[in-house]
Amino acid sequence: MTRKKEQLLSFVALIVLAILTYLAQNYLDNYKLRILNLGAIYATLGVSLNLIFGFTGQFSLGHAGFMAIGAYTTALLIMPPMYKEMTFIIEPLIWPLNVLQLPFIVALLLGGLFAAILAILIGLPVLRLKGDYLGIATLGFAEIVRVIANNIPQVTNGALGLKGIPQYTNLWWTMGFAVLTVFIVKRLISSSYGRALMAIRENEIAAEAIGVNLTYHKVMSFTISAFFAGIGGGLLASLLTTIDPRAFMFIMTFNVLIVVVIGGLGSITGTVIAAFLFNFCLEYLRPIEEGFSLGPLSIPEVPGLRMVTFSLLLLVVILFKQNGLMGEIEFTWKGFFRFLSRFKANRPMKGEGM
Amino acid sequence: MSLSIFLQNIANGLSLGSLYALIAIGYTMVYGILRLINFAHGDIFMLSTYFVFYGILIFSLPWWLSFIIAIILTAFTGMLTERIAYRPLRKAPKISLLISAIGVSFFLENAGVVVFSGIPKSFARPELFDTMLIFKDIRISTINIVSFIISIIFLMALLYIVYKTKTGLAMRAISVDVETSKLMAIDVNKTISITFGIGSALAAVGGVLWALKYPQIFPFMGIIPGLKAFIAAVVGGIGNIPGAMLGGFILGLTEIMLVGFMPELSGYRDAFAFLILILILLFKPDGLLGKNVQEKV
Amino acid sequence: MTLLKADNITMRFGGLTAVDSFKIEIEPGEIVGLIGPNGAGKTTVFNMITGIYTPTENRIYFQEEDITGLKPDRIAKMGIARTFQNIRLLDNLSVLDNVMIGTHLHLKSNLFSAIFRLPGYVKEENELYEKSRQLLKKVELDEYAGEKAGSLPYGKQRKLEIARALATEPRLLLLDEPAAGMNPQESKELVDFIRQIRDEFEVTVFLIEHDMKVVMEICERILVLDYGVTIAEGKPEEIKNNPEVIKAYLGVDVVNA
Repeated sequence: MTRKKEQLLSFVALIVLAILTYLAQNYLDNYKLRILNLGAIYATLGVSLNLIFGFTGQFSLGHAGFMAIGAYTTALLIMPPMYKEMTFIIEPLIWPLNVLQLPFIVALLLGGLFAAILAILIGLPVLRLKGDYLGIATLGFAEIVRVIANNIPQVTNGALGLKGIPQYTNLWWTMGFAVLTVFIVKRLISSSYGRALMAIRENEIAAEAIGVNLTYHKVMSFTISAFFAGIGGGLLASLLTTIDPRAFMFIMTFNVLIVVVIGGLGSITGTVIAAFLFNFCLEYLRPIEEGFSLGPLSIPEVPGLRMVTFSLLLLVVILFKQNGLMGEIEFTWKGFFRFLSRFKANRPMKGEGM
Repeated sequence: MSLSIFLQNIANGLSLGSLYALIAIGYTMVYGILRLINFAHGDIFMLSTYFVFYGILIFSLPWWLSFIIAIILTAFTGMLTERIAYRPLRKAPKISLLISAIGVSFFLENAGVVVFSGIPKSFARPELFDTMLIFKDIRISTINIVSFIISIIFLMALLYIVYKTKTGLAMRAISVDVETSKLMAIDVNKTISITFGIGSALAAVGGVLWALKYPQIFPFMGIIPGLKAFIAAVVGGIGNIPGAMLGGFILGLTEIMLVGFMPELSGYRDAFAFLILILILLFKPDGLLGKNVQEKV
Repeated sequence: MTLLKADNITMRFGGLTAVDSFKIEIEPGEIVGLIGPNGAGKTTVFNMITGIYTPTENRIYFQEEDITGLKPDRIAKMGIARTFQNIRLLDNLSVLDNVMIGTHLHLKSNLFSAIFRLPGYVKEENELYEKSRQLLKKVELDEYAGEKAGSLPYGKQRKLEIARALATEPRLLLLDEPAAGMNPQESKELVDFIRQIRDEFEVTVFLIEHDMKVVMEICERILVLDYGVTIAEGKPEEIKNNPEVIKAYLGVDVVNA
């Protein structure tokens, strides 16, 4: 298959996705839309984590911190000044945030930008660390961000968090950014820079010996990853309409990490699939703990049962699919048609198939 | 700050530090042997407090007996998690093992919510621990002294096991090289099981003492102490047992001192631990007592 | 102009002196050998030249420029490439990718144009691709281009590592035990191969090797290191007959050979 043809197919697929997004946005109920939105946001978050962890081999557990930066930036910039005045009851919001109101897209991009700037500042010193040590240090930074958010009520409203954030996030935004993230990360890793990132993952000493500047490439990957984590955080804030520091504990990072590993470390396709599966699972397990009646039998509400089931499911998947659902396999049109032709070959049809 | 308050803070810091040390051991031992950050360890710690709680409340056992039973039960739970969730993944990518640990952590926390309910329970403190020792104007609660002494006893026992017994030798051998240890006829599975047992038992000691000190228990109570103890293990040099103890005491003392000297910063208490961690990692990446292992080129 | 000059460099690890006052001058086009018993400090010399270690004392010059203390990637960019004693390929990447990564340091396009595949980048990428393909052809690995580097047989992995080093377009190539693990036939081919790349790529070769046949046949000049000290330097015949070298290292077998 030629490159031109593949590009055409991708273009068609994009249009189909747009149509589906249109239909979903207009005809699905809010509950289902919310799940889809979460799935798309997790795809953005997961693919960005996969860039630094899966492709560059740098164990980063700082995603929640970058998300928090993006979420607070976005929320503070899109909330109408009047709302802010009502929300900030402990201490008034500082100038100029208290009078500022910006369009959603600008706020989102600024959220990503701040996260990216922080990533450069953090990345320069800590990306020298390796393996688990890097993981712990980045987790530490994310927790510090959270604790600071808790302690500066004049900016974040402290532990009370922000409420009444305008809900601008819809499927167009979340799908749009998911597609953009996939596009940029995919293009990056298949470029010469991407090969350099993977060289770092495979063997740092060898990579450096053939002229790969470790600091530059690691910090670059970390920064791009943080940028999209910030965007993801902003989208999430405007989807949920309320945020507080507790939402950005390291559990949040773990959720994204689960998506990446279950999908298959180093597979963008896997991450996207796992992002939606993760949210479908969490939501559709909800009835389990809400209590239900079966004829005369009525099961009472059991809080916690949903997460118990979820964690068991997670354990089963990781125990039986140790390399994640997709391993390192990536979606390609070639593979897609090979996959289809397998079905054809199975059908008892003369002159068809392989 | 007067001298008496200073000394009180020291006592407080030492007792908190000893608890961190007890929990940190489990992290450091498991990391030493499996290179796994066992994120479920904090939840094992949480379980122990519920074991004591139910021992006293439901089975009306005397407190000391339910302490002992809780420690044993916790040790077995720790071994069970290893058997079910970690052993099958021994040859898997390390990150899958970590995800499994996160899965176990989620499971224990939420099973806690299901079984014990999410509402915090008050832990009945035996009267013995409710008194204050008063020397002149220094007031130190008994629990601080007791927890420090008990911790030291258990830590000494641990050092004895690890450095003076055959099992300890096997543990140290495995942490250096699993394959060679097998060739030396070391039963790797058994030794790893014992490691989890010991680590969990010490976490249970920490848990019981913790509940005596802060008598309120809830299913998510293990997260923050677990994280702090983990930091302690890294600060001391992960994989290094005396390091974990040292790290625990350093963390406990600095935390209490920070709050004592600069109460206006007490909101930053949790961030402070991480700041120490990051500074240590940047300037001495293998921790205070860790060995510097550089990749040979 | 002298290509490489080390001026009595010394490397100490704590109390241990791994390399003591090592002195060398390499002229363009030479093939120089560095031999010595295990643990003599040979690889440490390489590590100092390529920036993995910074010498504790004195300085290293490459094309008369001081490179002491520069990071390995900077040194690679200046024109020194190397292979490793324990092969360091990017095992999970393809053979072609391994070589293409070697060309990355010459990439001029910025990140933005790479991500958005601007014409400038596309042109450069195509050039790098062609160059890498050519290189693989020259070292006869072209048929394996799409395979994972880690799946190649040992001898071919060594060759690929050399090809990757050549992709950085070095002036000086450091080979750390290129014949290790090769059978006599392969070693013989290696000798021809090293000569061939010296002529074809106009590189200067500095190599560490234990296989005396290879060393004696290929090197124009040899240095002998023992316990970090250079105990002899000269043409292969001189080294062969140097009593101190025999005592320290060569052993009776080789002298008779």
